[in-house]
Amino acid sequence: MTWFADSPGWRAFRRDTMAMTGLTLVALVVLAALFADWIAPYPSHAGPIGDFGAMGAPPGGRFLLGTDTIGRDLLTRLIYAYRLSLEMAIVVLAIATPIGVVVGLLAGYLGPAWSYGLMRLTDVFLSIPPLVLAMSITGFLEPSAIHGMIAITAMWWPWYARLTYNLTRAERQEGYVVAAEIVGASLPHILFREILPNCMPSILTKMTVDVGFVILIASSMSFLGLGAQAPTPDLGSMVADGAKYMPDAWWLTVFPAIAILIVVMGFNLLGDGLREAADVAR
Amino acid sequence: MSEAFLSVEGVTKRFRSAGGEVIALEDVSIRVDHGECHAIIGESGSGKSTLGGLILGLFEPTSGSVRFKGEILGAPRRPLRLKRAIQLIQQNPLSALNPRRTVGQSIRLAFDVHAIGEKAQRGKRVAELLGEVGLPADYALRSPHGLSGGERQRVAIARALACEPELIVLDEPTSALDVLVQARVLQLLMRIRHQHRLTYAFITHDLAVVRGIADRVSVFEKGRLVESGLADAIFATPQSDYTRRLLAAVPVVSDEEARFRDRFRAAEVDAEEAED
Repeated sequence: MTWFADSPGWRAFRRDTMAMTGLTLVALVVLAALFADWIAPYPSHAGPIGDFGAMGAPPGGRFLLGTDTIGRDLLTRLIYAYRLSLEMAIVVLAIATPIGVVVGLLAGYLGPAWSYGLMRLTDVFLSIPPLVLAMSITGFLEPSAIHGMIAITAMWWPWYARLTYNLTRAERQEGYVVAAEIVGASLPHILFREILPNCMPSILTKMTVDVGFVILIASSMSFLGLGAQAPTPDLGSMVADGAKYMPDAWWLTVFPAIAILIVVMGFNLLGDGLREAADVAR
Repeated sequence: MSEAFLSVEGVTKRFRSAGGEVIALEDVSIRVDHGECHAIIGESGSGKSTLGGLILGLFEPTSGSVRFKGEILGAPRRPLRLKRAIQLIQQNPLSALNPRRTVGQSIRLAFDVHAIGEKAQRGKRVAELLGEVGLPADYALRSPHGLSGGERQRVAIARALACEPELIVLDEPTSALDVLVQARVLQLLMRIRHQHRLTYAFITHDLAVVRGIADRVSVFEKGRLVESGLADAIFATPQSDYTRRLLAAVPVVSDEEARFRDRFRAAEVDAEEAED
């Protein structure tokens, strides 16, 4: 990631308080998810079984953020929910980004017939409200975390197709692309060696921001019961389950909501900071 | 008549644009012989760059044909052999090199595409080419970021040479450079032409640049060929008003050049008076 190591960009990034806040939040979430088995106070509470002696305990004391209706530690479940959310975001982006990037490169570089066909296809996907598309896909398949990921992936790649398309349209005019064509370089070389590396800063920045948005959409879906199913801890379904006990057991809704806020905001601030740092470096 | 090295035969090129059709070139025929430096001169909009694009295969002529050693040069799916034979030096050295590839990678591309030389020897060959264009061998590992315009243009020349071409289209190769750098890059281009027995199609708006180096000159105005012939003859006795106006506009640095230019300025004034 040379664009990141560029010292002017990195210096600008460190001076950017918002970006550093984002980085801190993201680091906390990622570390908690990675080391959940060691950090979580009651790792066994990630499953169906809780501490029946402490059902619905309020925050404080033995359970920092309280327990749910069957006595499972909320903090533990939030940490494992982060793990699931990040896994989903990574899988979704790892599949959606390459598809979108290849479609965008081809549409942006090849002739008008290709770009027309591919971009209209992209527009069709973009014109459907994301949540509606995801809901209709999980309507065909039974609701589960995997099917939720398939649904989100299907609606996510077009954004990368459009971003890469616009970047490629600008790149293909560059002298070095013309030079590679005239030297006789192959299509894969021109797309992946000449054009793509110059699009990567924008794509990586978008991916960073999108981790937050994928988590938000995944949470919205599981809030509606279309994502991960019990007993898997999931941010969206925790908010939904807790809502039934508002306002008495307020912590069951408020803390998962704050957890969503932290991770979405963290990736957003980090992504914006990276974008600005990349601009400075250029 | 012997077969021409490069011949443009009755070429017309129209571009479709939002406001209708634009005629970039109309019924143009020129001939470039092997080993010559053929200057293609005109102002912007004269069609000179369109002609370059047709020779390079960036697009197809609307009618007429471009032939290279008798073979018709088309645009799509031009065989690698012909791509290799005809190379380009561009105007803007800032965009000519990929900022995310090292100088060495940019030059080496031609070896990999055309399978030139043993794989193990290609690094050495890059160093030789850098030496030939007057750059140190360790530039191969550098990014174009830190290079000056003149250095980048030298790298671009090395990249074109890597293909071992026969014909190079030079599209305003010095007009983006400082005057002093211009002179050195021109000297390099001329030395390389003799060493490699290359043919140049030298596209420029700047008569001063080609005055000393062109063997033949073709002057374009608004897509039409105005005049074509030996450089000495055209600079001495231009046949068309347009060429005379271009010559009168050449900036000068020496008394000799000033006298050269003033001849045409005086002629122009006479012509205007005659009109009145």
